[in-house]
Amino acid sequence: MSKILNGIGASEGIAMAKAYSLAEPDLNFTETSIEGSASAEEVQKFRDSIHNTKVEITKIRNHAEKAVGPEHAAIFEAHLLVLDDPEFIGPIEEKVTGELRSAPQALVEVRDQFISTFENMENEYMKERAADIKDVSKRVLSHLLGRPLPDPASIDEAVIIIADDLTPSDTAQLDKRFVKGFVTNAGGRTSHSAIMARSLEIPAVVGTKEVTASAAGGGMVIVDGTVGDVIIGATAKEIKAYELKAENLEQERENLLELKGDETKTQDGVTVELAANIGTPDDVDGVLANGAEGIGLFRTEFLYMGRDTLPEEDEQYEAYKSVLEKMDDQPVVVRTIDIGGDKEVPALDMPKELNPFLGYRAVRLALGNKELFRTQLRALLRASVHGNLKIMFPMIATIQEFEEAKALLVECRDELKADKVDVKDDIEVGIMVEIPSAAILADEFAKVVDFFSIGTNDLIQYTFAADRMNENVSYLYQPGHPALLRLIDNVIKSAHAEDKWVGMCGEMAGDPEAVPLLIGLGLDEFSMSAGSVLKARRQIKNLKKTDMQHLAETALRSPDAETVNALIKEYTERI
Amino acid sequence: MEQKSYFITDETGIHARPATILVQTASKFDADLQLEFNGKKVNLKSIMGVMSLGVGKDSEVTVYADGNDEEEALQAVTDTLSREGLTG
Repeated sequence: MSKILNGIGASEGIAMAKAYSLAEPDLNFTETSIEGSASAEEVQKFRDSIHNTKVEITKIRNHAEKAVGPEHAAIFEAHLLVLDDPEFIGPIEEKVTGELRSAPQALVEVRDQFISTFENMENEYMKERAADIKDVSKRVLSHLLGRPLPDPASIDEAVIIIADDLTPSDTAQLDKRFVKGFVTNAGGRTSHSAIMARSLEIPAVVGTKEVTASAAGGGMVIVDGTVGDVIIGATAKEIKAYELKAENLEQERENLLELKGDETKTQDGVTVELAANIGTPDDVDGVLANGAEGIGLFRTEFLYMGRDTLPEEDEQYEAYKSVLEKMDDQPVVVRTIDIGGDKEVPALDMPKELNPFLGYRAVRLALGNKELFRTQLRALLRASVHGNLKIMFPMIATIQEFEEAKALLVECRDELKADKVDVKDDIEVGIMVEIPSAAILADEFAKVVDFFSIGTNDLIQYTFAADRMNENVSYLYQPGHPALLRLIDNVIKSAHAEDKWVGMCGEMAGDPEAVPLLIGLGLDEFSMSAGSVLKARRQIKNLKKTDMQHLAETALRSPDAETVNALIKEYTERI
Repeated sequence: MEQKSYFITDETGIHARPATILVQTASKFDADLQLEFNGKKVNLKSIMGVMSLGVGKDSEVTVYADGNDEEEALQAVTDTLSREGLTG
C-alpha cells in the first residue's frame, strides 16, 4: 500500500529513488545495569561499536579530503584519536566490568566528565573541544543502540532526501550527483531547500508536515515537484504511471529547448534580458544548457559555508574566474558575502541572534569585518579581466553603506593597480534592493549606483513583516500585492530616470503569474533558476508590452493581491 | 626514565592539530609517555588528556618517557614539536 502526501511543489519534475532520511534518531535510552556474567559480552559490544565508528569516521574523512581538501579533514583525525584514547576507552570499560553499567550508560557518564572538564576551561578554543567529544560519543552511542545516524556525505547511490528542513550546511554536504529530489516537512516555495532544488534542477516538495514520520523506513519514494505530491512505498502501477508522466515532461522540455538561442522579445518588439541565479561555479553548465543570457545573481556563500576556515583570496579568485570565463562576455552579477542569520559560517563564530533576519548579516557584517570583505573584493577585482563582471552589495539600507562598500572597493582596486595587477576599469557596481528603505529612496540611490537588482524574497518578507519560513504567516507572502508592486515601480522609474537598469533576482522574476506584471512595470533583467528560463522566454514572446503596461497601471491602483491576481488572469487569458 | 622540558612559543599553544600529531607520534612507542604542565600530568597517548591541559603560548611543559624505547620516543616528540612550530 502506498501513501500519498501533499505538500508545496517547490521545484518541478518527477523523481523516483530510495528515501534517505536526514532526521536524527532519538538516542535516549533507559538507564540500566547489567548482570556480572554479561559484562564480557557488553565490553565486546562496546569494542565493536568503537570499531564501526572508526570505519564510519574514516569514510567521512576520506570523503571530506576529496571534497574540501586535507586541511578540513584534519578534525576527523582528532576524532579517530578519541576512539583510541586510553583515558576515554579505559574508564568506560572499567565502568562496565567494575560497576556493571550498561555500555551506553558508561559511555555517557565518561563523556559527561570530559565535557565538563572542557567546558570549564578558560580558553574559548578549548571550550569548543567539548563539541568534538559530543560528536564522537554520539556516533558510538548510535552504533551501541543500533540507531544509525544520517550521514549525507557518504551517500553513494541515487536517493530522495527526506528531512524536517534542509539547512544551508546540510545541502553543502550533499553530493549533487546522487540526490534526485528533496522532500521536507517544513518550508515554502522560497525556503532554502526549495531554492536549492530549483538551482540544482531536481524535483522538490516542501511543507509536507509529516514526511520524516511517513518515510522513516526508507523504501521507494516518488516526488512530483510540479503538483506537490509525494508517494511513499509506490506500487508497480504507480511507478509506471509516473514514468509516463516523466516522459511527457521530458517531451515538453525538448519543445522548450528550441527557444534556447532566441532573443527574449515581446510581440511589440521590446527586448529584455533573461538571466539565471547560481550558487556555485558548477551551476554554470545548467545556465548555458537553458539558454540564459547571463547570470543575474551569483551567490558567493558556498565559499564560506560547510567548512571551518575562511576562503583565501586565490581560492575565491579561481572560483570567480571560472564562472566569468565559462560565461564568455555575458554579464555575471556577483553578490558579495551574504552570510549571517540563517547562513552560519563556522569560521566566523557568530553569536546566535534573536532576530537574525534583522541582524548582523550581509553587507553589515562585511563592513564590520573589513579584512574578510577586502579579501573577497580583491579576488573579484583580479577576476574582472576574465569576463563581464558586475558587483552587487546585498542588504543595503542606506546610501552611506553603499558608499562605504564602494570606497573599500576603490581602495582595493588602487592597491592592486599599484602592484601592477590587471583590473578592469568599468566594472558596474550596484545594490540589491531587498530592504524597503532602499526601495523608497531609489531616486537618491539611482544617482550613485550603476544598477539595481530587486531581491523579492527578502523585500516581501521585510515589507509585510512576515518570516517567510513561518508557515503560520506564509499567507502574507504576496508577490502580487500592490504595496510591493508600488515599491518595485518606484525602483524601476527612479532607475530609468537616471538611465540605470533594474533586474530582479528573487523568486518572483521566474513566476509565470508575475512575469506579465514585471514586463508592464518595465523591468530590464529577469534572473531566475536556470530551469525556469525557457518557460519565461516562451511566455514573454507571447506578451505585448503595451497591454502589460495597462495591466501594471491598473494593478498599482488595486487594493489587494486578490484583485491583482484576478487582473493578471484576465489579461493573460485574453492572449 | 628520560625527561625533557620545552617552551611552547606557538600563538595558539598545543591546539587540535599539533595535539593530534603529537598523540599519533607518542602512540607509536611502547614507552609510557607523560606530559606535565602546571603541576598536572597526563598520558601523552591520550588526545583528551593532552587537550585538557589547555597548554597556551609561553608555557613550559615537561615530557617523561619510561620504557624500552624511551630515548627514541623522546627524540620523536622533540622533532614533532619543532616540526609543528610549537617550540619556535
